[in-house]
Amino acid sequence: MAKVLMKGNEAIGEAAIRAGCVHFFGYPITPQSEVPEYLAKRLPEVGGRFVQAESEVAASNMIYGAAGVGMRVLTTSSSPGISLMAEALSYIAACELPVVLVNIMRAGPGLGGILPSQGDYLQATKGTAHGDFDLIVLAPDSVQEAVRLVISAFELAEKYRNPVMVIGDGMIGQMMEPVEFPDEVKGPPLDPGDWALTGCAGREKRIINSLYLDPDFADRHNRKLKAKFERIREAEQRWEAYNCDGPCDLLVVSFGMMSRICKTAIEELKAEGFKIGLFRPITLKPYPYEALRKAADKAKRIISIEMNMGQMIEDVKLAALGTKPIDFFGMAGGLVPSPDDVVAALRDSLKKAGAGGKAR
Amino acid sequence: MASTEVLMAGFGGQGMLLSGKLLAHAAMTLGKQVSWLPSYGPEMRGGTANVTVCVSDKPVGSPYITRPTALLVMNQPSLEKFGSRVREGGLIVINSSLIPIKSDRADCKVLYVDAAELARKAGTARAANLVMLGCYVGWSDIVERESVVKEIEEEFSSKAKFIPANVAAYEAGYEAGLKLRGGA
Amino acid sequence: MKKIFSYTEGLTRRPTHYCPGCTHGVIHRLVGEVVEELGLRGRTVGIAPVGCSVLAYEYFNCDMFEASHGRAPAVATGAKRTRPNLIVFTYQGDGDLASIGMAEIVHAANRGEKFTTIFVNNAIYGMTGGQMAPTTMPGQHSTTSPGGRNCDEAGYPIRVAELLSTLTTPAYIERVAVHTPAHTIRAKEAIRKAFELQAEGRCYTFIEVLSTCPTNWGLSPRESEKWLENVMMPYYTLGVKKRPEDFDGGIFHGKH
Repeated sequence: MAKVLMKGNEAIGEAAIRAGCVHFFGYPITPQSEVPEYLAKRLPEVGGRFVQAESEVAASNMIYGAAGVGMRVLTTSSSPGISLMAEALSYIAACELPVVLVNIMRAGPGLGGILPSQGDYLQATKGTAHGDFDLIVLAPDSVQEAVRLVISAFELAEKYRNPVMVIGDGMIGQMMEPVEFPDEVKGPPLDPGDWALTGCAGREKRIINSLYLDPDFADRHNRKLKAKFERIREAEQRWEAYNCDGPCDLLVVSFGMMSRICKTAIEELKAEGFKIGLFRPITLKPYPYEALRKAADKAKRIISIEMNMGQMIEDVKLAALGTKPIDFFGMAGGLVPSPDDVVAALRDSLKKAGAGGKAR
Repeated sequence: MASTEVLMAGFGGQGMLLSGKLLAHAAMTLGKQVSWLPSYGPEMRGGTANVTVCVSDKPVGSPYITRPTALLVMNQPSLEKFGSRVREGGLIVINSSLIPIKSDRADCKVLYVDAAELARKAGTARAANLVMLGCYVGWSDIVERESVVKEIEEEFSSKAKFIPANVAAYEAGYEAGLKLRGGA
Repeated sequence: MKKIFSYTEGLTRRPTHYCPGCTHGVIHRLVGEVVEELGLRGRTVGIAPVGCSVLAYEYFNCDMFEASHGRAPAVATGAKRTRPNLIVFTYQGDGDLASIGMAEIVHAANRGEKFTTIFVNNAIYGMTGGQMAPTTMPGQHSTTSPGGRNCDEAGYPIRVAELLSTLTTPAYIERVAVHTPAHTIRAKEAIRKAFELQAEGRCYTFIEVLSTCPTNWGLSPRESEKWLENVMMPYYTLGVKKRPEDFDGGIFHGKH
């Protein structure tokens, strides 16, 4: 298929259709409302169903119902809406249902603002909701990668029967970039396996449930979920290492759209003779600790650059295990660090690292 | 051309987001790497709206640009806000129909175009945004003249009666840009 | 010998955990019988609530979800919209449906979701230990209204069947009781009607069943039946509140 120029939010909607998902339940919230708007028009054309829920609370329980009867399903929201979905996510993860959700993050905390942010990193990767469970979290850095990762999210959700979150900031939702979609729509519907509630004709009844009154059973179930996440951790880590081949003065760690701003800043400083690497985790969970550790080994110093007040830096610290000094630069509230802002932050870190660059 | 970053700004509803889209799409069709990043917010109409279009031979790094190489402004608040940010040696295109002041940037090339008047003569006063785009393309040669015409035809395909006036507005702007460049 | 009574295939053989004198078991039985008699069991999916009937997924002999508190109508929406051939029902108590889940029930009904809700109203929170429900009667004692429900502060009990019947969207809505054999027979007819309408794809269907809670009411089972009849029924009047044939065509009288 030829390239088309498309808004990130609309491309996310189309990607779901190409992944064979024709069911959407959601609620409008800026800056992701173009996803439900696009799918409200598009899904009836492909024989699908679009439902505008009364709230994110309802939408998240609708996807629980749809996934529970064995149907591929998507919801999308933005930060405050994801908080409202947290309860259902815990149930969905507990019941091992394959759903995909997208968080186009906006500035917080509270009602916050509608401008871009990466303020939900810790919510997505650590404390999404009550209980022990793990999401798979994917962070694209372009509209094209958003399409790839949404399709990939459905594959991962079904392979592991686990909720998968694709997380981006308001920029990726609102911007247009050229994008190519796979021609073929994924054919076979989701395999209902031995778990989906399709009606008990000809078989024993099935139950989708996360009430565990027996603590021994509950402990076993928690261990099973953790063992599943260990398999995911082994097999599914993804990252991009840019300029990380040899020793470097500084290693930048950044994800999503922020990493592209960092790339522009790195290129600018390259001309001055500074060698700066960029490590971009694509799976925020499972986080590529080992790969980051290897990249960090070659660097004098590390800086984590995020559109928040320092969230992913917790994982950067875990990866570096105290071997390298780690700086942080970030802005919040909807402010996006410009390439110039990043250059200034990198200069500070380079100075601390004792890097000289070319004589200027 | 390595990479060009164009910031287009005006009141919401003046059509700069559309101008940016036409430019981005034309450049993409010509095989360039592009990005289109709008300001967004509750100001659907009125207020200010702007969009940054990056056109490059290489993958676009940051689509978020604070120092563009070119600025197209439809109204005075946008010139006041963004005029100082244009890179040294860059280009500023000013809609002189609505902006009575001059740019103080001696280090940039500044074009003044009577966009509203040219649009009105072309048959639609609403197409000042396309005059501005035409002027920029005529001056810069960033994309081929015809490629934007095709984009306009495509954009208005469901409202075909608007095509001739919109194309004429773009062409009028293009000629103005060409003339200011000193071309034929 | 003639067999005049047996288990219903609509329920599992598992003994229920309900208190003596509670009518949840009767209501389960009626739903199970209807599902079996209409031949729908093989394509039915039920959704259990949070509350006394949280374990309903163990008792109904069909595929079952357990939903979070109040969200059963949203779960039902997701299931029914994506697999319209399923017969879907929610089984919810008054804390679940009329308090925490009020938004979900109103909007599911208003969208005209083609599933059935069995709403069990016993005027109290049972499982959590007898706290005040939105349906608790004026002056009724509960652990969170120790002096009796004070309507100046807590408002008056919510009549959910009547509330939902004000919606324009077509629906079948009826309130029934199961404290006497005659009422129980009528309740089964209502439940059957609801599942039939669903099977025909007609409309949203909602059956409110007045139920007893001797344990938290502090009454004997026999006294509970009397209390239901004398205190609840005058306020929560029985009968059909809305029929799909009452639909006026949804004519919007304003101007677009």
